[in-house]
Amino acid sequence: MITFTLNGQKATFDGDPDTPLLWVIRDTAKLTGTKYGCGIAQCGACTVHVDGTTRRSCITPISTLDGSSVTTIEGVDGPEAQAVQTAWRAIDVPQCGYCQSGQIMSAISLLQYTPKPSDDDIDGAMAGNICRCATYQRIRQAIHDAAKTLEG
Amino acid sequence: MLHLHRPSKALVIALGVALSLAATAVAQNRAPEAPAPSRPAVAPKKASEDIKLKSASDFDNIKDEKERSIAIFEETGKVLLNPRCVNCHPAGDRPLQGLDMHPHQPPVERGQANFGVPGMMCNTCHGPNNVKVIAQSDDIKSIPGNPNWHLAPIEMAWQGRTLGEICRQIKDKDRNGGKTLADLVDHMAHDDLVGWAWHPGAGRKPVPGTQKQFGELYKAWAATGAHCPDS
Repeated sequence: MITFTLNGQKATFDGDPDTPLLWVIRDTAKLTGTKYGCGIAQCGACTVHVDGTTRRSCITPISTLDGSSVTTIEGVDGPEAQAVQTAWRAIDVPQCGYCQSGQIMSAISLLQYTPKPSDDDIDGAMAGNICRCATYQRIRQAIHDAAKTLEG
Repeated sequence: MLHLHRPSKALVIALGVALSLAATAVAQNRAPEAPAPSRPAVAPKKASEDIKLKSASDFDNIKDEKERSIAIFEETGKVLLNPRCVNCHPAGDRPLQGLDMHPHQPPVERGQANFGVPGMMCNTCHGPNNVKVIAQSDDIKSIPGNPNWHLAPIEMAWQGRTLGEICRQIKDKDRNGGKTLADLVDHMAHDDLVGWAWHPGAGRKPVPGTQKQFGELYKAWAATGAHCPDS
């Protein structure tokens, strides 16, 4: 039995301990905002937060998360999340949208650690989140916009 | 079965259209393979060809202590210079991957603590253990992991250096994390992250021998004066 926190709520999982977190989030908890992209930690579509940092849920066995706190796109909150959501909407960052849940989780994590990121900081944080529609320029702009909002 | 209370807050922007990008992203970072010669004069060595690691006692017949010490160290070079080790001792700020030592994909950065940068730290992908991937993949069978997974600091870079240079480097307290010779032997023999190289997970060839054998070679090297090859 694995006990962990999912979006602030206590959760338990008693299935196969090798089950990837992504399967638990999507198939069991029915939180489908987190996407399956490549399944080999190369694209970033499945990014969530575990204990406050980014994690690729497709290659994270649920057995490694006993006692951990998992946050998905549905549950992420706080000033950085609000600023990112507002900035994303303001300039219509997504095109097809499939990768955007992962993009947003990485962007929020970046801003939590680095409130005023440079272009290099953004490139470093977002390097593992691939966007097939190539919305990279808008993603970078929206992160800068969100950072300005956070300055108050 | 999962038991939980459903969260009330929704921040779902993502819409579903299938991605087919991962294989492409990987392929774009691989140089095309050179065509094989039509009539090779000798059979080419396969990357997977086994290299045996000798034991410390195999060097007992070398009477000169300095020569024996150098020969033992050179034997450990079969491990030190193996990509499994050098890939995380790069000369730059990006780790390497695979026996062909290509730049790490995704393009991660060293960061101030040799643990990546905010938003893309080592543990974004590397957990406490090797993890077999469930996805179908031609080349990535598992994601490597260790509780202490990180990049060697830049002063411990081995990439592009000769065995003699690495030997002098790992004895230098300013470039080995302040280790004494005894600490160094213990590190090689028992450090769990060093030991990962013998258990690198599905789809990766381990370094030769065993960590126990490797540690005994270092013990014998230290006991014979810890001499280094000239080059």
